[in-house]
Amino acid sequence: MMAQNDSLFTASLKDAAAGGLIALALFGITLGMRADVAAGLGGQMVIDYRWGAVAIIVAIVFFGRLALNLFVWKSDKPVTQYFSTLKPKPGAGSKVGAFAKPALLVLAVALPFLLMSYYGASGSRRFLDLAILVTTYVMLGWGLNIVVGLAGLLDLGYVAFYAVGAYSYALLAHYFGFSFWICLPLAGILAAFWGITLGFPVLRLRGDYLAIVTLAFGEIIRVVLLNWYNFTGGPDGISGIPRPSFFGLEFERGENGFAAFFGLDYSSIHRIIFLYYLILIMALATNFVTMRLRRLPVGRAWEALREDEIACRSLGINTTNTKLTAFALGAMFGGFAGSFFATRQGFISPESFTFIESAVILAIVVLGGLGSQIGVVIAALVMIGGFELIREFEEYRMLVFGLLMVVIMVWKPRGLISTRTPSIALSGKARGISADLVQEGHG
Amino acid sequence: MTPWNDNPVLKVEHLTMRFGGLVAINDLSFNVGRGDITALIGPNGAGKTTVFNCITGFYKPTEGRLVMKQKKGDSFLLERMPDFKISARAKVARTFQNIRLFGGMTLLENLMVAQHNPLMLASGMSVAGIFGLAGYRQAETEAIDRAKYWLNRIGLIARADDPAADLPYGDQRRLEIARAMCTGPEILCLDEPAAGLNPKESAELNALLRFIRDEHDTSVLLIEHDMSVVMEISDHVVVLDYGEKISDGTPEEVRNDPAVIAAYLGVADEEVEVVEEEVGL
Ligand SMILES: Nc1ncnc2c1ncn2[C@@H]1O[C@H](COP(=O)(O)OP(=O)(O)OP(=O)(O)O)[C@@H](O)[C@H]1O
Ligand SMILES: [Mg+2]
Repeated sequence: MMAQNDSLFTASLKDAAAGGLIALALFGITLGMRADVAAGLGGQMVIDYRWGAVAIIVAIVFFGRLALNLFVWKSDKPVTQYFSTLKPKPGAGSKVGAFAKPALLVLAVALPFLLMSYYGASGSRRFLDLAILVTTYVMLGWGLNIVVGLAGLLDLGYVAFYAVGAYSYALLAHYFGFSFWICLPLAGILAAFWGITLGFPVLRLRGDYLAIVTLAFGEIIRVVLLNWYNFTGGPDGISGIPRPSFFGLEFERGENGFAAFFGLDYSSIHRIIFLYYLILIMALATNFVTMRLRRLPVGRAWEALREDEIACRSLGINTTNTKLTAFALGAMFGGFAGSFFATRQGFISPESFTFIESAVILAIVVLGGLGSQIGVVIAALVMIGGFELIREFEEYRMLVFGLLMVVIMVWKPRGLISTRTPSIALSGKARGISADLVQEGHG
Repeated sequence: MTPWNDNPVLKVEHLTMRFGGLVAINDLSFNVGRGDITALIGPNGAGKTTVFNCITGFYKPTEGRLVMKQKKGDSFLLERMPDFKISARAKVARTFQNIRLFGGMTLLENLMVAQHNPLMLASGMSVAGIFGLAGYRQAETEAIDRAKYWLNRIGLIARADDPAADLPYGDQRRLEIARAMCTGPEILCLDEPAAGLNPKESAELNALLRFIRDEHDTSVLLIEHDMSVVMEISDHVVVLDYGEKISDGTPEEVRNDPAVIAAYLGVADEEVEVVEEEVGL
């Protein structure tokens, strides 16, 4: 008994020492020495030695590995076995969802009033802005969820359609003086049109190829917007984009304004609240249409396509058209969200539509759980809302972002809400289908 | 004259399929009789699945014609049609050697997906469906009834709301057949439906296939290795070896054809009798 413990200890010690040595070799160079331009010495290069930091890192690696070896990897009773009980059981999500959905909806509708009564008009502005931002991402997530979550097509360039929507509105308003309410449907249609245009040649590709081409498409749109200076203003962007009106009432001071019409005192917060409800309604409409379509043949065909494309074709489903509808619809909602973004900001430039936006939206969909609508909401709340609240720690943002991703992917590899709800049921009580059985699609 | 040549539902004419240098099917011609159960048999790698893939449009034949003639009299040249139209228009349904169900969807959903095209029309390309118009609801109810009918028939109605991937193997095979039948086919192509079934399931399958032929007026073309199944239920047997047809006739004729025995035992024709004696036939 004693001997066995002894050998366990020496083996762990050896392993930890090896790890420590590797850490020393790696960090000795990367962290231990730092080339710097010495101030006041005529720009000479000097090398800073930071052996203290190296020692700390090596110590962490050594003792960390030792502890892991002793208690987890080589131990008969790894401590991690207690963690597994922390994992949520399958099906638990749907119960939570049943309460969470109406509660979240009520909260979303009541939010401006709660904030106003608590923080007052000026204090709540910051939170309302944040709520608008989160809701925009929820809408984008729901739009992308149609493409990635339901149809299983990996789209890395979703932001392109967001950009098309935003620029459609900005340019139509700029050149023709169209109002927001005319441009909103036009922006959606134009984005859908671009979705179809891209989709036709691209959707015969699968998996990685589709991902790369959509990624490239996203960049192409941005680069075109950036370089077509005469038309789009290039990097200067477009400013002075008109604000939306409330059935013809502008949010402005004066007798024709919104406040005067309703006999309220003018306050700039009215417009913010209006924008919040606008995006909330747009997002809920996206959700409504998606949930409706899921129960229609086209939605079922999307999911079937994700499960098995060959079987779909053997059943007479035109897979190209089915993919195109998913792509076009996702693009359309992206376009709607884009025109909202333009009208909210009043100014847009290609900088707002970089790849990182696509990545964030995709991350929301994946973390939320592919195909899960409520999962998108939670993920958007955490990822956008959570990070905006810790804005002060800007430099740690990406670190936390990455850590969160890793934790969730280890803890729940299929996203937060990973059960699939059947689109139709005979017995009335629809049981969730465990994610292990559901395919993620191959492109 | 043999009955399957009178008014065949499908005529395979001089079908050739090459993959690069490999000739998987060579100048194959046979007829699938209307209302028959036709068996396509042959040793491993004979090219049976390749014939199916040509018929259902997953491969484009290198040469040859595939003429499908429906009950109403419409003719289709299958080799010129894309795969999904062969199912949707020509009404040819199939199953796969390695089962291809929508595993993460329920049994009911699997059967609903199979009725995609009529439902899509009824939903006005989804527009009417979004607003829940009565016409679509009616069509959906009918589709559910049809799905229920087939689930009852294959004895899986109790599991209608379970994911298809949870079913045992034999049930998955029957569900795949039911799914193919939900497309309302005139000809049903089954790729080794009895593979991996126990004797009881195998007997159920035979009953199901007879039911499909007799009650649903559907011609069945099946690939099968299990000779007991083939001999028991098929009206017509076509034997393939190395991509060529070596025999074609009633089960009785084929069973006694020396060429078939030779192919199955893996010897030349002349040696059949010797080998038969050796194995005690
Ligand atoms: N896509 C393809 N590319 C290249 N060769 C193929 C392809 N599909 C089939 N083949 C070849 O064609 C021949 C016939 O294959 P097929 O699958 O049709 O045989 P089979 O009769 O169905 O055999 P089994 O009883 O094992 O299912 C084989 O030699 C196979 O390797
Ligand atoms: Mg085969």
